[in-house]
Amino acid sequence: MKNLYLIAYLDLKESLRAKWFVVYSLVFGGLIALFFIAGVTESQVMGFSGLSRLLLMYIQITIVILPIFILITTVRSISGDRDNHILEYMLSFPISLKQYYWGKIIGRFITVYLPVLFAMVIAIVYGAFKGADIPWSIFFLYTGLLFAMSSAFLGIAFFISSFVKSSEVALGIAFFVWIFLLAFIDIALISLMMQNRFNEELIIFIAMINPMEIFRVAAISLFDPELTVMGPVAFYILDSMSQGVFVLISIGYPLAVGLFFAFLGFKIFEKKDLV
Amino acid sequence: MIKIDNLTKKFGAHISLDNVSCEFNKNESIALMGANGAGKTTLIRSILGYYHPDEGSVAINGLDPIKHRINVLQEISFVPQLPPPIKLNIDELIQYISISANVDKEKIMHYANEMKLDLKANLNKSFFKLSGGMKQKLLIAISLAKKSTIIIYDEPTANLDPKARDDFYRLLKQNEEEKVLLFVTHRLEEVKDLVNRQIYMDLGKVVSDEKI
Repeated sequence: MKNLYLIAYLDLKESLRAKWFVVYSLVFGGLIALFFIAGVTESQVMGFSGLSRLLLMYIQITIVILPIFILITTVRSISGDRDNHILEYMLSFPISLKQYYWGKIIGRFITVYLPVLFAMVIAIVYGAFKGADIPWSIFFLYTGLLFAMSSAFLGIAFFISSFVKSSEVALGIAFFVWIFLLAFIDIALISLMMQNRFNEELIIFIAMINPMEIFRVAAISLFDPELTVMGPVAFYILDSMSQGVFVLISIGYPLAVGLFFAFLGFKIFEKKDLV
Repeated sequence: MIKIDNLTKKFGAHISLDNVSCEFNKNESIALMGANGAGKTTLIRSILGYYHPDEGSVAINGLDPIKHRINVLQEISFVPQLPPPIKLNIDELIQYISISANVDKEKIMHYANEMKLDLKANLNKSFFKLSGGMKQKLLIAISLAKKSTIIIYDEPTANLDPKARDDFYRLLKQNEEEKVLLFVTHRLEEVKDLVNRQIYMDLGKVVSDEKI
């Protein structure tokens, strides 16, 4: 275990010094600061106001930028080390591949999750200081959702990193995965729905197995438990399960996706030539 | 100590090692030579357990370096031809090595000192920001401090000035007993006082293997 923690600790220290981490933290911290400066907490849209409104905006932006940030900063972690011969030297010491791989994942997870969490904590602390009501249920839901979302994309990134030899190709694949999950599935499913070729339930099911989509729906479910803003689609979801079960699935499912891809990545890392 | 048996390694259609068999035993210092693409690095990486052989096997003290990587790598010190751009600082790199391979930090400091490398002044500097010679000296110091029974050097003196080369050979002379020393080199004259066996590879095969 000491080697696992050692790898995680050193990866964390290395990441904290990296320029990408500074940019990454500034983006999420800056978003919160920008919302306060812009007076988002004083505005009211669709019945949401105060810190709830701010957190809703934060989560809507996070859903777009968090996955691509995680993918592009993580996807080169193993493929980059392989590319520039770091792996060749570091793995010449008696460390098991399991400790190296999972240690890297733990270190990288802490690096990518803490800034998004801290940004929310800053919002809550500042909001409390200003005397706003603290929407604890929304805060805890988002903490869980961001945890699950970070796990999903970290797992996918390590999976890509494990089989791609060049970090440029890894970046290309990461970008494709992001754009595919973010936009293409939506566009493709909307056009299929318009053509009435497939059963609506099947189309909604396909949409819901996309971790980004389930994150989006879960994020609005606490403000809008009936999911009225989604229109008739809400019936398909809430007829199949209660809102509580849906929230649990929206946290558990991306977590499972992340673990599945991370494990698959480890198997490839273990079975393939290391350098 | 190292037994390579009918080892074949292919990368796509290219055969990098073609049915190579050889043994390296205690108290042997071997110069492994050959043109670029002869298969020297592939052979070393196979010994380190980085490559899955297409055919044949590698055994270090009877152990498969892939299945028993921890036990095998405890016995091996390795210095690559080009120091990798590791972003950890020197202190963190030494911490990684001392914890993972149970190497005494003081020993690394001692050998760095012998190589005329002032580590204490550079502990907070990133490894990749050191000069080529300083990086190579540190990797050599680590390889000697590790107290392995197999030491593999891939062109270890490429970045060293003549004085540092002398220091390196002097330290090796003091540490070569009961060990296998494997040098990948293009310049036999540099290591001729250290080696007692010379292997020449070409197109993935061992074409000559003689004791000196």
